[in-house]
Amino acid sequence: MRVELERDRCCGAGMCVLYAPEVFDQDEEDGLVLLKIAEPPDSSLDAVRTAAGTCPNSVISIAG
Amino acid sequence: MTETVSRCPVAHDQLPQPAPLPFVSEDPFHPPQRLGELRAEFPVSRLLYPGGEIGWLVTKYADVRALLADPVTFSSRNRQRANPIREMPEDFKEQPPKPGLFINEDPPDHGFYRKQLTGQFTVKRMKALEPRIEQIVADQLEYMAAKGPVADLVADFALPVPSLVICELLGVDYAERGSFQEWTATLLNLNSTAQQVRAAVDELDQFMLRLVKQKRAEPDDAMVSGLIEAQDGAERPLTDEEIAGIAFLLLIAGHETTANMLGLGTLTLLHHPEQLARLKADPSLVDTAVEELLRFNSIIRVGQLRVTTREVEIGGQLIPAGSSVVASNLAANRDPEKFDNPDELDITRGAVHHIAFGHGVHQCLGQQLARIEMRIGYRRLFERFPDLALAIPLADVKWRTDMAIYGLHELPVTW
Ligand code: HEM
Repeated sequence: MRVELERDRCCGAGMCVLYAPEVFDQDEEDGLVLLKIAEPPDSSLDAVRTAAGTCPNSVISIAG
Repeated sequence: MTETVSRCPVAHDQLPQPAPLPFVSEDPFHPPQRLGELRAEFPVSRLLYPGGEIGWLVTKYADVRALLADPVTFSSRNRQRANPIREMPEDFKEQPPKPGLFINEDPPDHGFYRKQLTGQFTVKRMKALEPRIEQIVADQLEYMAAKGPVADLVADFALPVPSLVICELLGVDYAERGSFQEWTATLLNLNSTAQQVRAAVDELDQFMLRLVKQKRAEPDDAMVSGLIEAQDGAERPLTDEEIAGIAFLLLIAGHETTANMLGLGTLTLLHHPEQLARLKADPSLVDTAVEELLRFNSIIRVGQLRVTTREVEIGGQLIPAGSSVVASNLAANRDPEKFDNPDELDITRGAVHHIAFGHGVHQCLGQQLARIEMRIGYRRLFERFPDLALAIPLADVKWRTDMAIYGLHELPVTW
């Protein structure tokens, strides 16, 4: 699994960090999304899917 | 905009006659029945406004989400115009957004303001507030214990907790709550006249401007001072009026919402004793319980208000440019196409996709704070008072059917 972000569209709601903190973080200054692991293990798949599905601006996509 | 579900378009003349927003429910724990009928039969229907204007009501989850994801077509500027309950005089409707009140702005201005705050409301920063929120909750529960039984859960717990939290966060003196809570109540009361609303807005504006001036003179560690400081050397520094507008939004959005969720959520749990028993037996269920209570209660019952900037098709309906649109998160959160048995409260449902905090770029900025306040609030409330019960007959409960944010005016409880 590979996670891709359209970071310039992020509105800093924090849903990804709420549901998949092992994969996502927020910048301390502007609160926008940061990727901790670009290719997270399969064990994170459910969490990443929830993060992608709850992102208010559909910024996260999962490839592969 | 792309349609998520393709449906047969219904010609406008086959739609039901424009009707006022179904607002007051037959059963106060549930949305008005008519809202559900519309979602099933006419998911995009015509709304009759108090002033006679015809607008649009969108009730299906997929449509509401798609609409909120497109702020360019569905504008938040002048969104007060789209308020289906309260009629505002023309000049009031067309006023430019109050400086800094970015809930009423569109991209790119909206993002300019919002990005000054997103760093302050991250999941991590909100989590760091947990010990302080625990303390505030514990103090308030002790206050309730000393007072009762009977106590009013709204006045003695649900309202003070988020008010104290947001005051500390912003650097507002909690001793002034008497005035700002009263002005907020006037703003949110759907029966307030335009004059009353205007007077309350003026008072709040002056209060906030005084706050900004005071923080300029005597800075502290809180958010308003932080915002002032952050303008040093900024390419486009915020004016005092803008900072006051931001503080205005945060103060109002920050206390009334969570307060009503704490009050109404508690009553909802008391009304579903089998669910409450599960929560008491396993307090770790509180996280999913909070999401389910948000979905079930959807306290912003008027819906999200928008105005179309162009002609647009949604749910098979062609909506003209310049139309007022109500996206009903209340109806969407009870959509059976999205949630199984949507009218049942199930605290283990894992209702992560609810849109009680909205969707799109305006999705609630304070939601991670609200989550923590509710998780700690419900958990400690039922720990401290395991036998908590309603102290009056259910029929005597005063529901906020007259307010823009749903909930309870008071909730007398015993233990
Ligand atoms: C349970 C509690 C809450 C609920 C149900 C709630 C609900 C909402 C909703 C539905 C919106 C979107 C409005 C729209 O799309 O037009 C919103 C926006 C907002 N909320 Fe909340 N809210 C809650 C708590 C809070 C708290 C605690 C704060 C502040 C500390 C807050 C601050 C805001 C702000 C600033 C916005 C505007 C965001 C923007 O336009 O970008 N809210 N809220």
